[in-house]
Amino acid sequence: MHYESPVRNPLILGDKSYSDITNDIAKPVESKAPRSWWIAFSIAFVMFLWGVGCILYTIGTGIGVWGLNKTVDWAWDITNFVWWVGIGHAGTLISAVLLLFRQKWRMAINRSAEAMTIFSVIQAGLFPLIHMGRIWMAYWVMPIPNQYGSLWVNFNSPLLWDVFAISTYLTVSTVFWYVGLIPDFAMIRDRAINPVQKHIYKILSFGWGGQAKHWQRFEEVSLVLAGLATPLVLSVHTIVSFDFATSVIPGWHTTIFPPYFVAGAIFSGFAMVQTLLLIVRKIFKMEDYINIEHIEMMNIVIMVTGSIVGVAYITELVIAWYSGVEYEQYAFLNRATGPYWWAYWSMMTCNVFSPQFMWSKKLRTNLVFTFVISIVVNIGMWFERFVIIVTSIHRDYLPSSWSMFSPTFVDIGIYIGTIGFFFVLFLLYARTFPVIAQAELKTILKSSGENFKKHHNEHGAH
Amino acid sequence: MGHTKHNPIVRALFNDDDIVLSAVKDLRANGYNVSEVYSPFPIHGLDEAMGLKRTRLSTAAFFYGLTGLFFAAWMTYYTMILDWPQNIGGKPNATWFLNMPAFIPVVFELTVFFAAHLMCWSYFAVNGLYPGAKAQNPDPRTTDDHFLMEVELEGEEDDLNAKLQELGALEISKIEA
Repeated sequence: MHYESPVRNPLILGDKSYSDITNDIAKPVESKAPRSWWIAFSIAFVMFLWGVGCILYTIGTGIGVWGLNKTVDWAWDITNFVWWVGIGHAGTLISAVLLLFRQKWRMAINRSAEAMTIFSVIQAGLFPLIHMGRIWMAYWVMPIPNQYGSLWVNFNSPLLWDVFAISTYLTVSTVFWYVGLIPDFAMIRDRAINPVQKHIYKILSFGWGGQAKHWQRFEEVSLVLAGLATPLVLSVHTIVSFDFATSVIPGWHTTIFPPYFVAGAIFSGFAMVQTLLLIVRKIFKMEDYINIEHIEMMNIVIMVTGSIVGVAYITELVIAWYSGVEYEQYAFLNRATGPYWWAYWSMMTCNVFSPQFMWSKKLRTNLVFTFVISIVVNIGMWFERFVIIVTSIHRDYLPSSWSMFSPTFVDIGIYIGTIGFFFVLFLLYARTFPVIAQAELKTILKSSGENFKKHHNEHGAH
Repeated sequence: MGHTKHNPIVRALFNDDDIVLSAVKDLRANGYNVSEVYSPFPIHGLDEAMGLKRTRLSTAAFFYGLTGLFFAAWMTYYTMILDWPQNIGGKPNATWFLNMPAFIPVVFELTVFFAAHLMCWSYFAVNGLYPGAKAQNPDPRTTDDHFLMEVELEGEEDDLNAKLQELGALEISKIEA
């Protein structure tokens, strides 16, 4: 019943029992924060406050404080929006798609990956809101009866599709995450000694008791949510790409955008998961649960999706040439050789060349190398969005209006602020939430735990 | 579940999922009714061994999704076709069906939205889960590494106790229903 082929490497290292898993995962919640946590949190918090200041300045003064001009009227805000939404794709992919594919290695990382998803979608959502200029009218994007006629929102517009896609994605990911968290909160509740802590986790755990019928429903709900979240996650970045693809701007008006954006989203999301988990496993001593096997699997996903993105870049170039449309051809020639050539080639180097190192087993199982590549990939994916957005519009049909974009301190401040906000949320999560789905992990201990596998291989099947 | 007569309950604590599963099978084969098992994680095959029916939450989710689909279809029809039709980018909008391709993203998202959220609300409701609810497990060890089984007492108490002991129970206690 618990048999698994000896070909597969163990996913839980060391001589662990169920109780060891409980103790190891409850430990960061129950112990005092390490010094490194406080340092990281302080830095993130300062960045966050700086971002709040820049956002308030933008709202108070107007978006004229950004570096936008008549030609480049979409720049860092939408770049950051797409970047954050993209990063937000890995969590659902890991917890939903890998659940459907019965990939057991997802269990050690899905909780944190999904936390990352939710936190990065929050950052993404900030950008369209502040770009509205009059944020107090944000509710106008909802189809609410009003005194203008009623004048409704435009359901033909990809920007409105985005409103529905992002809000569905954010809320569905949150409930998916929370349904999985309940049994783990109950675990912390049941062992808490401090009465305040016990009370908080009692509220959070919704009274979970782990009855047989409840587990049966839990598994059914998880499976159906995974089934719903899989097309949902693919639809979200597809719809984000429609913001561009349904326009008539050369460089944006391409049918390859949906699959290309989704691959890029998975690529950048896995890179961010990699960055975060390499830190989490180190600080909270989770090396036995998030081990080299997990890191290697994620590196393979990064390599494959990076290559898909590379194919998409080349396809775009070929199709621009093959279309015979000179504006289309110029848009791509301008990207690679125009004034923004450095952004284009940064993108190419970071996204297409750097993941190719992962073909080597030695490199993809090297932690330092993996960490560096994960950051390089996220820099590259930021450049990708910048290249798509700014280089397509900075030289339009009228050469007299050609211009360049230079960010103001507010553009930079808001971007830094969202990075700070993201890490503030993630660091708070890492101290107060069970960072690994321990209930799920216990189900694979006997099949994928190192000591159980060893015992099984030595004594044979029974 | 649905029993009119109330037998006293015997609780037995175990420390291994495989032992619990075989104990449940053994007890049921001997005519006992295992009314509940509290476990720290889902045990595969336990619901079948206990004779639990399949949950209908997935069927409910299908109909919730259908509700979302029809709601979105109605909303796009009412706002874009009936109440205030406008020429937007020359897209045909004489009928909902002609304009439908542009509505597919929103219809899809609302289908997922309704299915996922309403299913989760139903899940919380049928399990009696809500913020601040009292812990439903009688023994706090069952969220760590222990498994608590509740068996309805029929016949001699000593027989059942001996049976449970033989099946590997660590602690046995009786509660009056």
